[in-house]
Amino acid sequence: MSVPLTLLGLLEREPSHGYDLKREYDAYFGRDRPLSFGQVYATLSRLARDGKVVAGGAEPGAGPDRKRYLITEAGVTEFETWLTEPVQPEPHLQTVLFTKVVLALMLGRPADSYLDTQRSAHLQRMRELTVLKRTGGMIDALLADHGLFHLEADLRWIDMTAARLDVLAQLVAAGSADTPLEGSR
Amino acid sequence: MTEEGRATAAGHGPGGCLLEARDLVRSYGQTPALRGASVSVAAGEILAVMGPSGSGKSTLLHCLAGILTPDSGQVWFDGQRIDAMGENERSALRRDRFGFVFQFGQLVPELTAEENVALPLLLGGTRRAQALTAARGWFGQLGLDGLEQRRSGELSGGQAQRVALARGLVAGPEILFADEPTGSLDSLTGEQVMNLLVAAVHEHGTTVILVTHEARVAAYADREIIVRDGLVTSLSANRAGS
Repeated sequence: MSVPLTLLGLLEREPSHGYDLKREYDAYFGRDRPLSFGQVYATLSRLARDGKVVAGGAEPGAGPDRKRYLITEAGVTEFETWLTEPVQPEPHLQTVLFTKVVLALMLGRPADSYLDTQRSAHLQRMRELTVLKRTGGMIDALLADHGLFHLEADLRWIDMTAARLDVLAQLVAAGSADTPLEGSR
Repeated sequence: MTEEGRATAAGHGPGGCLLEARDLVRSYGQTPALRGASVSVAAGEILAVMGPSGSGKSTLLHCLAGILTPDSGQVWFDGQRIDAMGENERSALRRDRFGFVFQFGQLVPELTAEENVALPLLLGGTRRAQALTAARGWFGQLGLDGLEQRRSGELSGGQAQRVALARGLVAGPEILFADEPTGSLDSLTGEQVMNLLVAAVHEHGTTVILVTHEARVAAYADREIIVRDGLVTSLSANRAGS
């Protein structure tokens, strides 16, 4: 998650103070990891230095910083470019679990039990997210859904790998794991 | 932890639980479906039964519910051996103490929604007016107000499945057997059905055996078992009531 770009996005909607930016950021994007005030003001300072935002004059009132920040044209351009670019899809071809499975097969260890352990951990996390969905608000539900669909995708990979373990074990044992799968599935 | 080990906790049956299967073997002709499956379920627990297609999970559910009898092995419910009962006795048990929800609702098309919900009570001998009053009580709880007089062809998939859920719960079963209850629904509708199911069974203290191949549905359960090649693997520690 890019904190500077997210703050730019919040500022594109309307000029705001550091305190309000932190509050909004935490409500939508920082539920697990809220921003510190130091992080907010350091980020705003960098954005101001780079010409992406400008700080208005100090306003009277309580709090450490009553400056109102406005986004600049350069800031709008940077934010819109980021917003419209697709996120890099991450293929995750070399996950830790994949490494464990292949190593287990190479070493004659029980790869299926590693997969079961991982399946159990995934299901437990899915249970926690499901409770969060049932007891939380819409933002919690959307975030939990995102996690649930990713965990579900992992579980499908685990199921598919478990179903292929026998073939995979033979290929690993023969040192021919790169053999095309056609005919050996 | 093995399912055998879990069965030693205090509870209803000889194995210390509300429902227990021991070493179930069941074949269809020459094809084995269960090859020594054991499982125990605590009162009030929601247990997800997962596994690949053809692994034996539906056969296990049917044996636990007294729909099928195993070739060998035992099924205990509340201190009684279901597998040793005659068909009439098992039928009465299913009607009086168990509830069922299947993948496609299986509502009776000639009956209205409220008559479908009232069906288990009517079959059990409850008077019609009383059964229909009890049935109507479920419509509000499951978000079905105003649909009492509709027939199944006039209901959406999600509505029909909620009517089926009400029918499964109307007689106050001790165990609800749910076989892929959201399998025919889209994700959002399935989620609504599962939320309603969990809220209702928590309120009434109903035990649930939930067969599903979807991890997102299994995540509503307290714990899960996996059926593979007719055998049961227990993945998670017993979190019943958590």
